[in-house]
Amino acid sequence: MATTADTFQAHTDEHHHDADHKPGFFVRWFMSTNHKDIGTLYLIFAIFAGIIGGAFSGMMRMELAEPGIQYLHTFATWFGAENPTMDQALHTWNVLITAHGLIMVFFMVMPAIIGGFGNWFVPLMIGAPDMAFPRMNNISFWLTVAGFCSLLASAFVPGGTGLGAGVGWTVYAPLSTTGSVGPAMDFAIFSLHLAGAGSILGATNFITTIFNMRAPGMTLHKMPLFVWSVLVTAFLLLLALPVLAAAITMLLTDRNFGTTFFDAAGGGDPILYQHLFWFFGHPEVYIMILPAFGIISQIISTFSRKPVFGYLGMAYAMVAIGVVGFIVWAHHMYTVGMDVNTKMYFTAATMVIAVPTGIKIFSWIATMWGGSIEFKSPMVWAIGFIFLFTVGGVTGVYLANGGIDNNVHDTYFVVAHFHYVLSLGAVTGLFAGFYYWFPKMSGKMHSEFLAHLHFWIFFVGVNLIFFPQHFLGLNGMPRRIPDYPEAFAYWNGISTLGYEITVVSVLVWFVNIAYAYTMGKKAEGNYWGEGATTLEWTLSSPPPFHQFETLPVIEDKDHH
Amino acid sequence: MAGAKNHDYHILPPDIWPLIGAISGLTFTTGMVLFMHPEWSSVGHLVLGLGIAGIIATMFGWFSKIVNEAHSGDHTPIVQLHMRYGMILFIASEVMFFVGWFWSWFDFALFPAALTYDEAAGLWTNIAGQDGEAAARIFPNAGIHVLDAFDLPLLNTLILLCSGTTVTWAHHSLIHGDRDGLKKGLWLTVALGALFTAIQAYEYGHAPFGFGGVAYSSAFYMATGFHGFHVLVGTIFLAVCLRRAYKGHFTPKQHFGFEAAAWYWHFVDVVWLFLFVVVYVWGGWGAPIH
Repeated sequence: MATTADTFQAHTDEHHHDADHKPGFFVRWFMSTNHKDIGTLYLIFAIFAGIIGGAFSGMMRMELAEPGIQYLHTFATWFGAENPTMDQALHTWNVLITAHGLIMVFFMVMPAIIGGFGNWFVPLMIGAPDMAFPRMNNISFWLTVAGFCSLLASAFVPGGTGLGAGVGWTVYAPLSTTGSVGPAMDFAIFSLHLAGAGSILGATNFITTIFNMRAPGMTLHKMPLFVWSVLVTAFLLLLALPVLAAAITMLLTDRNFGTTFFDAAGGGDPILYQHLFWFFGHPEVYIMILPAFGIISQIISTFSRKPVFGYLGMAYAMVAIGVVGFIVWAHHMYTVGMDVNTKMYFTAATMVIAVPTGIKIFSWIATMWGGSIEFKSPMVWAIGFIFLFTVGGVTGVYLANGGIDNNVHDTYFVVAHFHYVLSLGAVTGLFAGFYYWFPKMSGKMHSEFLAHLHFWIFFVGVNLIFFPQHFLGLNGMPRRIPDYPEAFAYWNGISTLGYEITVVSVLVWFVNIAYAYTMGKKAEGNYWGEGATTLEWTLSSPPPFHQFETLPVIEDKDHH
Repeated sequence: MAGAKNHDYHILPPDIWPLIGAISGLTFTTGMVLFMHPEWSSVGHLVLGLGIAGIIATMFGWFSKIVNEAHSGDHTPIVQLHMRYGMILFIASEVMFFVGWFWSWFDFALFPAALTYDEAAGLWTNIAGQDGEAAARIFPNAGIHVLDAFDLPLLNTLILLCSGTTVTWAHHSLIHGDRDGLKKGLWLTVALGALFTAIQAYEYGHAPFGFGGVAYSSAFYMATGFHGFHVLVGTIFLAVCLRRAYKGHFTPKQHFGFEAAAWYWHFVDVVWLFLFVVVYVWGGWGAPIH
């Protein structure tokens, strides 16, 4: 990018000036007002939460490896139950699925992709010195940590049948009201209040930053697609989360203060909870995937050495996905007994989303078409993303049909679908972004060999976990149940084997990080070469503590 | 150039309040859980009080810093624009919060459950699937005597609308350098806000239906109650502005703290208009009046 980049390179290479003066440990990491440090905190937190959430999936895959109940009694004792009964052991299963879902959604993917990469790279990519509200940025992070603490606390206190909140990440009433007496459920609900408040403040921060702090000359239509993706995501957060806050507040008052919002005996409506939840919940899934779309766009363009194909179409496809995402929520509720006309509307509206999503997939392919492609690690992960996300997207169109969904609702087919778009979509996007930007953040190059190895083991592992779940679901295996008939044993065994392989890939990733910090080469400012054109590549790796003290100027001829 | 800030953005020094605020938030929610489960812990009140105190201290410490930064010239025009965006977005999220409560109201009002009411026992029974089900699908639910919308609620509507004009009076006085008018307008607005809260409290105390037990009262109290809480917050916000007006903090050119309070106040006012129309007038239509 022919900006005034050379000037920055010159001044950022001086390491001893005031702007690079870093405060002491406590002040730097606990009182931070620096977007890069807060981004790093988010990433470390997300890795920590991801390990816990991933361990919960391991416990689930262990139990599901064979028919019958093998390990749940042992797991129940880990949370503090003494001589658990069968009911308490089965309750532990519900606690595992609840904690796994909530942790992965609210405390792994969102903090990593928005809090981590968003914080790090939105200001860098728009040529801003920091976020608009640096102090508020910090409370967004610490509220997320507070929410995580509240959720962890819930696992060890009474939750009705056993210890912990066992309701699924959707927290449906009446299981979450009259079905879960005891403080665990309240701790879990407040965990969402805290994390939600943090996310709303973060969304406000991102929108203000992106609208007001773009470098001179960077119009909205010249903004990198990752920034576009975070902008749309922030609007979804801002408008969807407060509705969840209202819904879970109703849960609290129903549980503790005698209201009957979701209690049919008092004229309330349990389906109301599902409407309110999914009015938030559907935008929420786009909140997790849109920033991954943004990351993939940057990577595909960089390693094809071409500007992304159909830039404006790519940007407005994300806007369209965001807008339409608010009016499709009841496709999660086809089996609650809604009338046929409503089902038809939600089927049609849901399928409409395939159009902007298709625009994105085809534009990524068209970007690669005729490009001089380099298969560096981020590119391999990005191509993996396109493949895996498309599989999940196709089953999504299938599930969008109200009629078909009657047969596969709440089966492992749905589990396979949303893990293909999230675990294999959003998480693959996260790893792609990690390898793309890790040297920029740390100043150290990772090993390309280990990164490729990580990818291939991960790719084999996650497909082994989730592809067989399509078969299980189509054959009628219900989700959220820890036992199954003998007939489902084969594919469940394969699925658990896939989990073990995936764990190995994660170990390779940790080895790679250790390699980078011990033996990794020092990263240059732009280590990917001429395909990397956005503003973060004009800075040193890592960038100075406060970058862009003189704002960069984007000239007219520059592309995005 | 090196090391010298060459732009108008506000680069902040490290700050402890965000951490204290988050810990206070966690203390508050933990206190709430303990408070709601007295059978499980007896220190709920203490933890809850500690959390609330921490949150209030955080707001006081944090917002005082913002005021000081404004006085030391950190709030350049672009930083003031950030704050405008921030406040508008905050209000947008608040609107969506109330969407949730209105959603429950419309659900109960448009698709009422089949409830009968046993006056002697004070209990509602859902008779879905039984004889007389259709006739029992009324809203407000059977047995509910509603408040007369055109009595105190109408008075409260007028009070809030009136307070919208007094805050505008204060704003215009401020813009034209008339500090006396600013103080008078703000005093009146705060007084009207307090009067609204007092009338609302009186009406809650004399309402013919209790807090829970039935959909109508649940949605009524939570929707109007959260609005009432927002009125309280808005009144405090305006009272802080009044105090700052006495200290001479606002100039005709720079007074975003006041504007934010005024925007918030108008937002609270508009929510009330919807509550008045949807909850008090339309929502109570046809039911016996208390």
